[in-house]
Amino acid sequence: MSDKNYLTTDYTLRSWFLTTDHKRIAILYFASLIFFFFIGGAAATAIRIELATPQADLVSSDVYNRLFTMHGIIMVWFFLIPSIPNTLGNFVVPLMIGARDLAFPRLNLMSWYIFMLGGCITLFAILAGGVDTGWTFYTPFSTLYSNSYVIVAAAGIFIAGFSSILTGLNFIVTIHRLRAPGLTWYRLPLFLWSLYATSVILVLATPVLAITLLLMATERFFGVGIFDPRIGGDPLLFQHLFWFYSHPAVYIMILPGMGVINELVSCFSRKQVFGYKFVAWCSLAIAAVGFLVWGHHMFVSGQSLIASLVFSFMSFIVAVPSAIKVFNWTATLHKGSIHFDAPMLYALAFIGLFTIGGLTGLFLACLAYDVHATDTYFVVAHFHYIMVGGMVTAYFGGLHYWWPKITGRLYSEYWARTAAVLIFFGFNLTFFPQFILGAEGMPRRYHVYPPEFQVWNVLSSGGAAILAVAYLMPLFYLGYSAFFGRRAPANPWNAPGLEWQTSSPPPEFNFASQPVVTRAPYQYNEHFQAEPQNA
Amino acid sequence: MTEWRPPFALVGAWLGLLVLLALTVTLAYVPLGAANAVVALGIGTIKAGLVAAIFMELRHRSGLTLIFAGAGLFWLGILLWLGSMDFLTRT
Repeated sequence: MSDKNYLTTDYTLRSWFLTTDHKRIAILYFASLIFFFFIGGAAATAIRIELATPQADLVSSDVYNRLFTMHGIIMVWFFLIPSIPNTLGNFVVPLMIGARDLAFPRLNLMSWYIFMLGGCITLFAILAGGVDTGWTFYTPFSTLYSNSYVIVAAAGIFIAGFSSILTGLNFIVTIHRLRAPGLTWYRLPLFLWSLYATSVILVLATPVLAITLLLMATERFFGVGIFDPRIGGDPLLFQHLFWFYSHPAVYIMILPGMGVINELVSCFSRKQVFGYKFVAWCSLAIAAVGFLVWGHHMFVSGQSLIASLVFSFMSFIVAVPSAIKVFNWTATLHKGSIHFDAPMLYALAFIGLFTIGGLTGLFLACLAYDVHATDTYFVVAHFHYIMVGGMVTAYFGGLHYWWPKITGRLYSEYWARTAAVLIFFGFNLTFFPQFILGAEGMPRRYHVYPPEFQVWNVLSSGGAAILAVAYLMPLFYLGYSAFFGRRAPANPWNAPGLEWQTSSPPPEFNFASQPVVTRAPYQYNEHFQAEPQNA
Repeated sequence: MTEWRPPFALVGAWLGLLVLLALTVTLAYVPLGAANAVVALGIGTIKAGLVAAIFMELRHRSGLTLIFAGAGLFWLGILLWLGSMDFLTRT
């Protein structure tokens, strides 16, 4: 067999930075996201150190405002949203459908450059002048009071939005047009259904964010009355427009995570996903209904009671397809031949953490409780359970699952399992106390607080320290495995997906010959019942 | 000199948009009461239809493209509908 694969076809920098190979672009995204993740993580670390005591010991209030804004902006737009689609998705979508590449390879490379340009501009704004509006850029603070770097940061996000739109477009066209013969819609892996739903949101919602940020800049620079009521604007319009994007953005983050979990649960239970069609259509249902619930971020903003009731009702509705997915994963596990490899540990952690995050979301969908909990740590804990406990855990699970395919190397199962358990433990210790803090009334975005809250904050900061170590661990053992790990076979998990039918790492054009699909996905029949080979 | 001339459909659509624009401005000064908004929205819809069908060439596209274009319009409708519902029912 030839040693030539996508990593060894050419070693020059030029071959990397001008590549149109989806696998190499995925690696470019991967490296960029690690960079952004650690910048956002550093801000989080500073926040948790500051909050270990009730006084302002480490930073002033101004710096604290800049810290949590930096944490939010970087993590949301430059890590969570692009993470699974742009790294794992970019790598495996063509492999999973038996294609040579995405439909628009050069557009794919351009997306990465646009993303980096946006990221660098935003980073410049954050580091040069600092932004203190919070990641939401609420007016009138962003248009009247904060410094001008807020517009520079918004410009960076505006630019990065185009990267999202182009990636979404690329995935939609690829999934429609480039499927291998025999790969019908109901034979698609569920990860692709979830990425398809995510792409639809990316294409439909991101332009609204771009327009919103443009309107914000217009009002700030030209005094056009869009949001400011003194010059004829509507003070709630910004929040309507912002959350019309940003609530679906939560599903941009979590839907790909759910897709990864389908692959993991099925593979490590050696069973077909229970209720395949339900799970597939639930992805689309979540994407669609997710557009109808943005007003639940605005219950105390002054919007009308009728609007709040409608949004509250719709928020309960969107929980239904999410719950169906959780039930179907547990049903898939039932009587499965379960293997507790590292990806499976991440998947199980995801199911637990996402369930807690989802159920506390129902608390917040209740008008009465939301009034009490708005802008408290309850909300902080809730969305971290979804976005970090859910999405980041799924990302790590997917990364471990496809790592042998990406690098052609096996990692240390011992360290991977240890990291997975530590992440689960550290995460819960960090964020569960925040539910209690929030229920007791500690507001978010404050760096000094009454001493009676300290015990929960100390627990939370201690958990954050464990979590930080656990998040650093994969950097070492995966980094080591990429260069020195054992060679991976083509199909280390003994899984039936098309991506496992080619060598690890794959050749430049993925498959030696066009694969033909003749059966439904996740057919863990006698042929695929053997043990995974990484243990 | 090239002999290229813009297709009649494009010129026609452009002229149509100008006529509709003139109609919008004129009718804005005619006191129709509540019907003013309805008329303005109706003309706006026709304009949008012209742009979508002629300039965006959606009239020649496949069903799938039309579904995606329609989806964009549908979601825009949701944004406007739920956003205005809040505005119209504020106390």
